[in-house]
Amino acid sequence: MFARLTLAGPACLMAGPAVLVAETQPGDPVRGAVLWAECSSCHEVGPEAVARVGPPLTSILGRTVGRYLGFEYSDAMLGEGAGGLVWSIEALDAYIADPQAFIPRTHMSYIGLPDANARADLIAYLAEDMPKTTEAFAISPEIFAIVGDPAYGAYLSSECVACHSDGAQGIPQIRNLPATDFVTMMHAYRSGNREHPAMQIIAARLTDEEIAALAAYFENAQ
Amino acid sequence: MQLNRRGFLASTCGAVLAAPMLSAQGRPRVVIVGGGAGGVTAARYIARDGAGALDVTLIEPSRTYHTCFFSNLYLGGFRDFESLGHTYGTVASEGINVIHDWAVGVDRDAKTVTLAGGGVLAWDRLILSPGIDFVDGSVPGWDLSQQNRMPHAYRAGSQTELLRAQVLAMPQGGVFAMIAPPNPYRCPPGPYERISMVAHALRETNPTAKIILIDPKESFSKQALFEEAWLTHYSGMIERIGPDFGGANYAVDPEGMTITIDGEVVKVDVANVIPAQKAGRIADIAGLTEGGWAPVSAFDLSSRIDPDVHVLGDSAAQGDMPKSAFAANSQAKVCSNAVLGALIGSTVFPPRFSNTCWSLLGTDDGVKVGATYEATEEKIASIESFVSQTGERADVRAATYEESLGWYDSITYDMFG
Repeated sequence: MFARLTLAGPACLMAGPAVLVAETQPGDPVRGAVLWAECSSCHEVGPEAVARVGPPLTSILGRTVGRYLGFEYSDAMLGEGAGGLVWSIEALDAYIADPQAFIPRTHMSYIGLPDANARADLIAYLAEDMPKTTEAFAISPEIFAIVGDPAYGAYLSSECVACHSDGAQGIPQIRNLPATDFVTMMHAYRSGNREHPAMQIIAARLTDEEIAALAAYFENAQ
Repeated sequence: MQLNRRGFLASTCGAVLAAPMLSAQGRPRVVIVGGGAGGVTAARYIARDGAGALDVTLIEPSRTYHTCFFSNLYLGGFRDFESLGHTYGTVASEGINVIHDWAVGVDRDAKTVTLAGGGVLAWDRLILSPGIDFVDGSVPGWDLSQQNRMPHAYRAGSQTELLRAQVLAMPQGGVFAMIAPPNPYRCPPGPYERISMVAHALRETNPTAKIILIDPKESFSKQALFEEAWLTHYSGMIERIGPDFGGANYAVDPEGMTITIDGEVVKVDVANVIPAQKAGRIADIAGLTEGGWAPVSAFDLSSRIDPDVHVLGDSAAQGDMPKSAFAANSQAKVCSNAVLGALIGSTVFPPRFSNTCWSLLGTDDGVKVGATYEATEEKIASIESFVSQTGERADVRAATYEESLGWYDSITYDMFG
């Protein structure tokens, strides 16, 4: 499943903050749904979600921090977004673990969730919230095992940077995105599990190797 | 931060020695005419990925380039004029020789370009990205000498400012008229986004004003989306006269400020005349046009008349891509990769193209259309496309508008640094 592969996959272990999840159990979206009940007193999720006390968390993975139109974010959150922070799995994990430590002066009055397994469950639930056109969205370990060619990725990236640059409004930052997150998102677009008309047709003609090449390039792009 | 693209040369020394075409004088020379979305993108990608192995010269008359894309948002009051302006300082600092002059001659046998200032530049590969010119006589009664009384504002700059000033100076209840161009032309949704933006500006300052759109075409880009917005945002303000009602049978009188539509004379306060279009003049001077546009190969944007010259963007007859900045930028990257391969033997990757065009209908009401494309022997061919839907939720439209702002920042960063 999604969370197992992205949270416990070998590539994650090489990234600094994700070392924490090395001993974590795979995230279970069903257990995450139970935990979500507490979040849902302030947040909505799903295709019809709107802002309440907190912003909606629909398709939150990959979104730039503090960018839901019409929600009044704290200056702290807006600042992180302006700095290019994206809600990757690692960022969500760190924020849910201790919101005030990860984004000081955030307005979210949540104390934090110290249990890494519970966080993985919750993130698995949020990831599952991606709109689905297939029964289950799963990426096989073979996909994550493909070693991308960063030189080819550099060429392919020229198509991406027509729209994606650091701090561009309303468009996620992809430079330095962890490769596992990049691969997950592109496969989600390609399979229709994540909605965006332009990204879906861009992803539709990328092969598994080309997605891996782009992921390898962007992860370390200067 | 800049996205550096790395590792293009298969092996630096070996690649240069193996280069199929190395000029006797030293480094291969690439001359690029036109500093817009096609030309400046090609200049930067060739210079960056060539890593000093080539001489790259960019010829662009404007010291400050004002983007035609997003100039409608200035007309609507959503952006200031300065936000459309970009300069070539970063481009020059990247080792590109930027010459602010007009290219007035091309000798394809001698492989030279002549400048209005008298200079002559030699090239191994020439890239022309000159945008559009207007077809003389396509709007009876109008020529370029009348562009102050009846602006086209279809090459951005002083024309855009002039049109905005004229709209703001209209008398209460006055008439704004646009003559829309026949196909093909730059930015297919552009005239209709402009109608929306002028309506937006007038609704705030001059709500009894009328807008007449004289259109020789049966249908147009994003038509359902525009017509829905004109009903919901600007009800009663906009009248479109299509070809069935004389929209293809018009003449203008700039002195009298009238437009004759199907024999009926209409007095107007502002007339935005967007003539029929053709490739930028230098493509014609170079002898590379057929029927007004420059036919090119879909694989590397090389001219079908001379493979050592490439034509990008609006001027190119390439197939299915619209004449847009996004498309020119996309074509420039494919062309750059091919030119580098030809001149220094670096890896040539398969061509791939994409395009998205956003339009603003009203406050926080953005829509888009886009497609992916592939190279075929015949043309650049559409693979798959999408378009915004009528009746979309307001937050979807707001997110689309926000996305367009991000795109503007990204593509101008890709172009100018």
